[in-house]
Amino acid sequence: MSSYRIHGATGEWEVVIGLEVHAQITTQAKLFSGSATAFGAEPNTQVSLVDAAMPGMLPVLNGECIRQAVRTGIAINAQINAWSRFDRKNYFYADLPQGYQISQLYHPLVGEGYLDIEADEKAGIPVAKRIGVERIHVEQDAGKLMHDQHPTMSYVDLNRSGVALMEIVSRPDMTSPAEAGAYLSKLRTILRYVGSCDGNMDQGSMRADVNVSVRRPGEPLGTRTETKNVNSVRFVMAAIEHEANRQVDVLEAGGKIVQETRLFDPDTGTTRSMRSKEDAHDYRYFPDPDLLPLVLEAAFIEECRQSLPELPDAKRARYEQALGLSAYNAAVLTADVETARWFERLVALTASKQGKAEADVAKQAANWLTSELFGALNKLGKGLLDSPIGPEAAAELLALVGNATISGSIAKQVLEKMLETGDGAGEIVEREGLKQTTDTGAIEAAADAVLAANADKVEQYKGGKEALFGFFVGQTMKALQGKGNPQLVNQVLKAKLG
Amino acid sequence: MSVDTATVAKIASLARIKVTEADLEAMVPELNGILAWVEQLGEVDVTGVEPMTAVIPNTLRLREDVVNADPLTGGDVRDKVLANAPAPEHGFFGVPKVIE
Amino acid sequence: MTALTDLTVTALRDGVAQGEFTATEVATAFNAAVAEAQGALNAFIVTTPEKALDAAARVDADRAAGKPLGKLAGVPIGMKDLFATQGTQTTAASHILEGFVPQYESTVSQKLWDAGAGMLGKLNLDQFAMGSSNETSAFGNVISPWRRPDGQGGLDTAALAPGGSSGGSSAAVAARIVPAATGTDTGGSIRQPAAFTGISGIKPTYGRCSRWGIVAFASSLDQAGPMARDVADCALLLETMAGFDPKDSTSLNLPVPDWSAALSADLRGKKVGIPREYRIEGLNADVAKSWDDGIAWLKDAGAEVVDVSLPHTKYALPTYYIIAPAEASSNLARYDGVRYGLRDLPDHAGLQDMYAATRAAGFGAEVKRRILIGTYVLSAGFYDAYYTQAQKVRTLIARDFTEAFAQCDVILTPTAPSSAFALGEKSADPLEMYLNDVFSVPASLAGLPAMSVPAGLDSTGLPLGLHLIGKPFDEQGVLNAGLALEQRAAFTARPKKWW
Repeated sequence: MSSYRIHGATGEWEVVIGLEVHAQITTQAKLFSGSATAFGAEPNTQVSLVDAAMPGMLPVLNGECIRQAVRTGIAINAQINAWSRFDRKNYFYADLPQGYQISQLYHPLVGEGYLDIEADEKAGIPVAKRIGVERIHVEQDAGKLMHDQHPTMSYVDLNRSGVALMEIVSRPDMTSPAEAGAYLSKLRTILRYVGSCDGNMDQGSMRADVNVSVRRPGEPLGTRTETKNVNSVRFVMAAIEHEANRQVDVLEAGGKIVQETRLFDPDTGTTRSMRSKEDAHDYRYFPDPDLLPLVLEAAFIEECRQSLPELPDAKRARYEQALGLSAYNAAVLTADVETARWFERLVALTASKQGKAEADVAKQAANWLTSELFGALNKLGKGLLDSPIGPEAAAELLALVGNATISGSIAKQVLEKMLETGDGAGEIVEREGLKQTTDTGAIEAAADAVLAANADKVEQYKGGKEALFGFFVGQTMKALQGKGNPQLVNQVLKAKLG
Repeated sequence: MSVDTATVAKIASLARIKVTEADLEAMVPELNGILAWVEQLGEVDVTGVEPMTAVIPNTLRLREDVVNADPLTGGDVRDKVLANAPAPEHGFFGVPKVIE
Repeated sequence: MTALTDLTVTALRDGVAQGEFTATEVATAFNAAVAEAQGALNAFIVTTPEKALDAAARVDADRAAGKPLGKLAGVPIGMKDLFATQGTQTTAASHILEGFVPQYESTVSQKLWDAGAGMLGKLNLDQFAMGSSNETSAFGNVISPWRRPDGQGGLDTAALAPGGSSGGSSAAVAARIVPAATGTDTGGSIRQPAAFTGISGIKPTYGRCSRWGIVAFASSLDQAGPMARDVADCALLLETMAGFDPKDSTSLNLPVPDWSAALSADLRGKKVGIPREYRIEGLNADVAKSWDDGIAWLKDAGAEVVDVSLPHTKYALPTYYIIAPAEASSNLARYDGVRYGLRDLPDHAGLQDMYAATRAAGFGAEVKRRILIGTYVLSAGFYDAYYTQAQKVRTLIARDFTEAFAQCDVILTPTAPSSAFALGEKSADPLEMYLNDVFSVPASLAGLPAMSVPAGLDSTGLPLGLHLIGKPFDEQGVLNAGLALEQRAAFTARPKKWW
């Protein structure tokens, strides 16, 4: 159990959270029409006569939406319902041309499933937790209203109208903002692995309706509010934090929580009541008579299963067990599918360049990636996906370290130059004469000079101050301009001081 | 179940049809007549009967995920979409300002 | 020589193909007949003489160039104003769509134009196809061309209902101002008006005709079909209108049979079911007699007549009046004044006020009534008691037919409980009006093909129809039995021209 509590004036309160995540299914065309789904088009250009709900227009289901939702369901260990159907949710709003949204209430495509979030002490998640998913259903997105273009009018853009969404409904299994954040991040990771949603929250491809209630520990569930369309992990956590505290304040002041729809304001980090949606509570759901039951063959579901890639939990376990990565590195490298792809390419190339097994180079590659490359990219304000160097260039660099052409510290310099110039590692080492020295004579000469110049320290060393050995190594390397083979430098110094 | 003026007013509001008091008064007996008549369905024993889902046994076909495969159901037709709009505004549909 | 306007679709098509007359001559003759009758009958909401002439000119040119001609080349028809026609106002007879000009053509109308037919105009109907008398149109009542004989060799002056909702279609075909028209049938909207006006009309199996581009009333029931003067014309038109359409998810992916070619009035080896539950208490004596005539004619055609039972018949109408309004309440939500059609924006009105004002001003009383019923039966707390129960009873009604069809090939009933009534006679009581569809609604609920053919005149001198219901996909069985009735009924009566 999470220990997250709100400390009110009258005692402690527990928070209960459920998320309804709307994830745009990655498809070319809309759920029930052939218009495009690309982000950022001119208003009403990606609108068909069907999307505009012209008289007599009819929906025809895009199979790819179903395929992707089924794959997603399998990825969260959910039951796939071979028989499902679409219902109409009736309400009037300017962003809803048909006067109803085609959704699935009574017979959703995907039933009960779950996903696991990891313990993260620092983030406030003391133990790993399984979060239940009640269902995934497929539905139409609404259009968009713009309120700031005209003094007395709002403008309606239907480009998004009819775009396919999965609504992924969690169980109210989360009890802290951190858990909700971890759930949403994990869900996003899975969706991106599966390829069913690009997870671009800033473009609205993924957004969450956040259900929050508070109660005294051990008491029955309190009345919940639903905060609509929160579009980042951080905002979800902030919305919960604010909403839970607001509810505690209301209750402690003797008030009651009204079951209502609220809106999150990212600028203030607060939520407010959304009056415009208030009277829309009687949705008169009924099966859409324009659409027949959706019946999936076992072979279709099996094809969906077979087409799934290795999923994050499995990949993470494999990185730890088969590749010997630390738990931290395994977590970092599997958190996003593109990062994992980058890493796996790097490992494959490194192994082949060095003629070694992947398991023998993976750990080194992971360490280099998470510390060296991430650190250097961070300084440039970049991430792995917009890194100036790809896995091929990185593998070349690692090979130079692996075959002792350069040392680890030279490798750092080379990496910086690579990022700066885009040139290959070999070219930089050659051009700048960075190959490490394995010439024992040169190393001995440098060592002799260092020892001679630091006679006092040699005395102290011999007197038992062994920590000074590092100083001699450093000075010798410096004299060699960093190019000395570290092992040889060590050997030579040991012998001379020995 | 019979409806009263308040219920009819609520239904009309849900259906977004403005009705006058006089309309309401006239509608109540009409609707009650129809409702009383359809309620004879309650006497049918439907134990073990599934609601009709498709009158001619048939299931959904799945469409290929192709943009504008058929121009009649594809996008890039803004002029057609806006051709009958009561208040077209710079490529948008104009509606009275909405406060969210 | 017979007037061009007296010819059937088949005769017109053949005459044009054989050069007996030109398509332009045909279109001109019908345009004139339409213009002459429009003021009296109000069968059209808009007439499109230029469209009829354009289509005719193309056919004449094709023929002159020796190009192959379509199945309906040179035949001008009337289009019910529920079918979207590109560039021509489409209203569903509602004020809310007045001025709406579709930027698309319905699948069914497109198929007819592709076959060489031309459009004489958009036919009046009950508003959103809701009605049985054509008295709910926002564009005025359609007046039936039929009048009761006054007993002194003249005609009574009372205006009669042409039936509904396809009342413009039935009136126009019966008046010989169009050779054929399209109709749509949700609970009897092709068959009942056909019966009232002494013409033929067929509603095919649900899914045969694409619903794409037809203004929706009740999606699980709506079907398009032809209305014409005889069974052969219905077969010819239906095989042009039907066919798989990937744009309609409920469209049947089946080849369209050549119904015309396989037409046969020989019913030997066929069994005709007579459902005992249709012999309702107080059945009009003329209707009962015409039904008996029908039974005798089908026997004469070689069929064996068997008694069948459709035990849930009495529940069909109440079932229909839950399901159809429920679907309609949702289907008509799109008429909100945002994207097309009427917008009523009172001063200082917000969005939701605009909706309520627009819909109040745009919809007629019957449409509002059905939207309210539909909204109510779907609303929270009532859904299961009304809608779910109705869909279960619908299953039982469909099952009744399945069981009956284990014993017979086609079912014969009257089309409507009476001949045409006077305008205004039933419009005060919605329930009495709804009862008009008592015989036609069960087949709609079961999605079955069904047709009405003229059987004769009743004792008041008005036409009565006989109603044939077939197995799913067996339009051929329905048409063949229809042809057998047609040959024996020898119905030649036509409205005396008074307009």
